[in-house]
Amino acid sequence: MKVSLNWLKQYVDVKLPVAEIANRLTLAGIEVKSTNVIGANWEGVTVGKILEVNQHPNADRLHLVTLDLGSRLETVVCGAPNVAVGCKIAYAPIGTKMIDGHTGKVEVLKPAKIRGVASNGMCCSEKELGISENHEGIIILPADTTIGAALMDVLGDAIFNLEVTPNRPDCLGMIGLAREIAATTGSAFHLPDAAYPEADVPIAERVSVEIQDPDLCPRYCATLITGVKIGESPEWIKKKLISYGMRPINNIVDITNFVMLEYGQPLHAFDYEKIQGKGIIVRRARSGEKITSLDGIERTLNRQMLVIADKERAVAVAGIMGGANSEVSDNTTSILLESASFKPACIHFTGRTLNMPSEACTRFERGISPEMTIPAIKRATQLMVELGGGQAAKGIIDVYPGKTERKSIKISVASAKRTMGVEYSLDQIVNSLTALGFECHADKANLSVTAKAPYWRSDINIPVDVIEEVARIQGYEQIPTTLLAQAIPMQKTAPLTALKRRARNIMVGYGFQELVSFSLTNMDVLVKLSPESKKPEPLPVHIANPASSEQEYLRPNLLAGLLVALTLNKAFIDEGLRLFELGKVYLNRNGELPDEPDMLCGVLCGPRAERWWQGASEPVEFFDAKGVVEGLLKQIGIVAKFEKSADENLHPLDQAAITVDGQQIGVVGELHPLVKEHFELTQPVYLFEINIPMLLPLIKDKVYHQIPKFPATMRDIALVVDSGVTHQQILDTIKGFSLVTDMALFDVYSGGQVPTGKKSMAYRLTFQYPDKTLTDQQINGVQQAIIKKLTTGLGATLRG
Amino acid sequence: MIQRLSELKQTALLELDAVKDPSNLESWRVRYLGRKSELTNMLRGLAELPIEERKTAGALANRIKGELESVLETKTEALKTISQQQNMRADESAAAQGDITLPGRPIPTGRLHPISETFNEIADIFISLGFQVVESNDVELDYYNFEALNIPAEHPARDDMSTFWIDYENERGERQMLLRTHTTNVTARNIATMKPPIRVIEPGRVYRYEATDATHLTMFHQVDGLAVDKNITMADLKGVFYDFARRFYGEGRRVRFRPDYFPFVEPGVEVAVECAICHGNGCRLCGNSGWIELGGAGMVHPKVLERGGINPEEYTGFAFGFGIDRAPMLRYGIDDLRLFFGSDLRFLRQL
Ligand SMILES: [Zn+2]
Repeated sequence: MKVSLNWLKQYVDVKLPVAEIANRLTLAGIEVKSTNVIGANWEGVTVGKILEVNQHPNADRLHLVTLDLGSRLETVVCGAPNVAVGCKIAYAPIGTKMIDGHTGKVEVLKPAKIRGVASNGMCCSEKELGISENHEGIIILPADTTIGAALMDVLGDAIFNLEVTPNRPDCLGMIGLAREIAATTGSAFHLPDAAYPEADVPIAERVSVEIQDPDLCPRYCATLITGVKIGESPEWIKKKLISYGMRPINNIVDITNFVMLEYGQPLHAFDYEKIQGKGIIVRRARSGEKITSLDGIERTLNRQMLVIADKERAVAVAGIMGGANSEVSDNTTSILLESASFKPACIHFTGRTLNMPSEACTRFERGISPEMTIPAIKRATQLMVELGGGQAAKGIIDVYPGKTERKSIKISVASAKRTMGVEYSLDQIVNSLTALGFECHADKANLSVTAKAPYWRSDINIPVDVIEEVARIQGYEQIPTTLLAQAIPMQKTAPLTALKRRARNIMVGYGFQELVSFSLTNMDVLVKLSPESKKPEPLPVHIANPASSEQEYLRPNLLAGLLVALTLNKAFIDEGLRLFELGKVYLNRNGELPDEPDMLCGVLCGPRAERWWQGASEPVEFFDAKGVVEGLLKQIGIVAKFEKSADENLHPLDQAAITVDGQQIGVVGELHPLVKEHFELTQPVYLFEINIPMLLPLIKDKVYHQIPKFPATMRDIALVVDSGVTHQQILDTIKGFSLVTDMALFDVYSGGQVPTGKKSMAYRLTFQYPDKTLTDQQINGVQQAIIKKLTTGLGATLRG
Repeated sequence: MIQRLSELKQTALLELDAVKDPSNLESWRVRYLGRKSELTNMLRGLAELPIEERKTAGALANRIKGELESVLETKTEALKTISQQQNMRADESAAAQGDITLPGRPIPTGRLHPISETFNEIADIFISLGFQVVESNDVELDYYNFEALNIPAEHPARDDMSTFWIDYENERGERQMLLRTHTTNVTARNIATMKPPIRVIEPGRVYRYEATDATHLTMFHQVDGLAVDKNITMADLKGVFYDFARRFYGEGRRVRFRPDYFPFVEPGVEVAVECAICHGNGCRLCGNSGWIELGGAGMVHPKVLERGGINPEEYTGFAFGFGIDRAPMLRYGIDDLRLFFGSDLRFLRQL
């Protein structure tokens, strides 16, 4: 919200520097985001009066202007079309910093001859002085401006760009802000005089008001002003509207806007003559009821919306916008002025549904106090009488079905301390609240205060609300810093968080770069994961209102993101890339909150390591990826098996399910060649995916086994088996022999002397017994039993 | 003569020390042990000395001769070993020639993502203050994201948190699932499920429907926190932030609390940390305010506690929330938030 300090100063006598006022407001909770000081560079710029205007001898469109600057006369060259004898203008001497009217850059005014005539300074436009973009002509000041006065004192201002929090609708008006400044700076505050003469005819004889839905309209006030002449607003109103960023329209509409900006209370002016039956009815809209709003658009309403109607039809959408059928026009002579209070939720709904955000809507939906209706309508009526030449009917119609008593709220020195950790004295509490307009009754015996919030505050409901007000005025910098003194609560273990951190660290140790990518993705990318470009089944979680087609679905896997990353970093694949992401995927459970397991996905592509001067590394293969998985699981404390799998986005021959106790926890394999092509990758990609939460219950507690005191014996055996026999089968066969403590595969070979359809597998067996040295005889016995079991179970023979 | 002999030994040993090249050993031998050497001459001349002196000098001269011979032998061995090793190295890699500036065998190096690092760092600080980490869903019910936090459907605070809705309607045609707009949803869940005393931090991803630019994305990361116990005050909240800022941003960084409004706390505060660049004097980075806005906080609203089944007459608590993506941006001087999530290794490998 843009707020002119000059305007604020009409209600509060604040003498502090601009920056200090901004700081006080910010520290009181109304953040001043920036301040635009108008006149920051106006040193030496003064008010002058044009005494003479003569034609420039060498240029048709230029004039020589003689100025009275109070203490001296100056002649300047001026090309503005609006120079005229007698005008008061803004004169800038040589050396003034000004904005160049054409380039927009700040330049220092230099002595210059314009077409052969020296110009000692110049008459300025608004643009040149940084007031507005207007460069049509020079500034013409009001006739009563003092000659020789500093322009800063005449036109200088500071525009605060401030942000009012949603709980303070009262501060969406100058008076509310001025009250805050007064309270935080200790300055005097005064309301404008809103008295006006009334005619004899009571308003009740001219118009009636009926509220049919008091739950949506707690209060409706109206005045009637007759004999109004529609015209332009005076400069002072126009200027203030412009300073806020509003466009002046005519005196009546401008007054409603001006008073809204002054008090924060939206108002609406109807053309009284157009109100059928001279009666206002506040009621819910009928389903499908239509009204053409002031902007000329026909709106279709529903039962949740409130309208202002006359005896025949709706004449306004309550709190949002007036209807074209009752609009104030140039011919209007009588104004029915509305100042009402509407239920915030209703206005919020209507504004959103009709997509009609407005200044009025913003103020109503934040719940401006119904008590503001009367002061605002009085002020607007006064201005309409004064500036529109009208006559006010006697009295104000005030229908107030929603009137509530203002609550008394009790706080104490102790309760304030309980919240803020500061012991405010009773005086501090009373003084702070009184400065903000609270009615206070102090109880010195009990060190407590009973406070009643001022009528303009709709946000004070419970004791902490009052305590906050005290703290605000006393300043939050008074709050000390203490460390939590209570005992540390019993901690629930959060093993998943720790496991995720562990897994990330292990991956980093294995040379993987961690990626963090967007959770939102699109179908184009997801479809690429399928060799046949099929959509994923079930469909991933869909966003109803995506920001773009790029971000329409929640990712059902991490792989797509990693493959996109590989494509993006193609240039580095020759160095060997290892990337991983550990994060949530979102699995659709139609209608229920999705399952959001944390997955770990890693990809390997290119050589095992960067190119080196002693030769390049081999390219990665399936067993590199598997090795990473095995290492990771071993470090975490999990023993997994690898079984044939049929994941469709993996290479059909080169993939395995990772299982523990028959439960699949992940997959490892080579990316399907077609999928690889979809991502425009040329080298094979190996990858693995592991469901991290599934690991948690599978982690085995580590148990210490005594280090054997007796030496181990190693024996190598080379088996010839059918090529279909797996390493796992051989392991499982030998598992039962307790003397064999380790079994390491050191060679797999086929071809040569090994018959076709067979392969040779060589193992080093470690024999060990905890409390004695094994004899050769004992070992031979076990070894023979093992070979026999392998022969009968798997058809293995010993190789030569 | 005796003095001359010990001088001779001194010089000989010093000279031998200086010999680095095996080919120079021979000339040293000739000079000190050769037939025409001074030592040999002295031994020859012993006969001319008086008998008493002859005895002592003779013994000394012979001992020195023996010493020099043995030192020469050791030195010859040592130089031979070095030269052998040099020859071996040269054989191994003729090109390397002992150039130790050549690159070592590369091993793949991994890095944590800066967002993970930041999470870890923040978590560790709060864990040391007795907080525990609790995580929750990104897809959330309207109730926990809004209603439970005093933000009913028509509340203007919703306008500041434009929401992504999940494309699913219940029987009444209402959308109830959304992408959480803040991690405060976890605060709502924890208040509903935990019993005081509570001290938790709640990190996670959050989503807002916003126009994206260098500093705004539809997805970003936050950490919320909650402490509920008897006698917790705003001063404790300030103390926690003071300690956090000191440890996370550096010693001596001031913390500013100023009133702000969040529906689920009362009083609410905006927390800012002194700008590291200008130390509070105002610069471009902090928009001339001297402060970097960190996040929002406040004392948990009594209604929020009550709704979660905690008696506000008995317990008070504070809650806070702040975005974390800005921290590594400030730390590393990164001007575009999108880089974090773009997977560009030219970026990630720098951090
Ligand atoms: Zn700064």
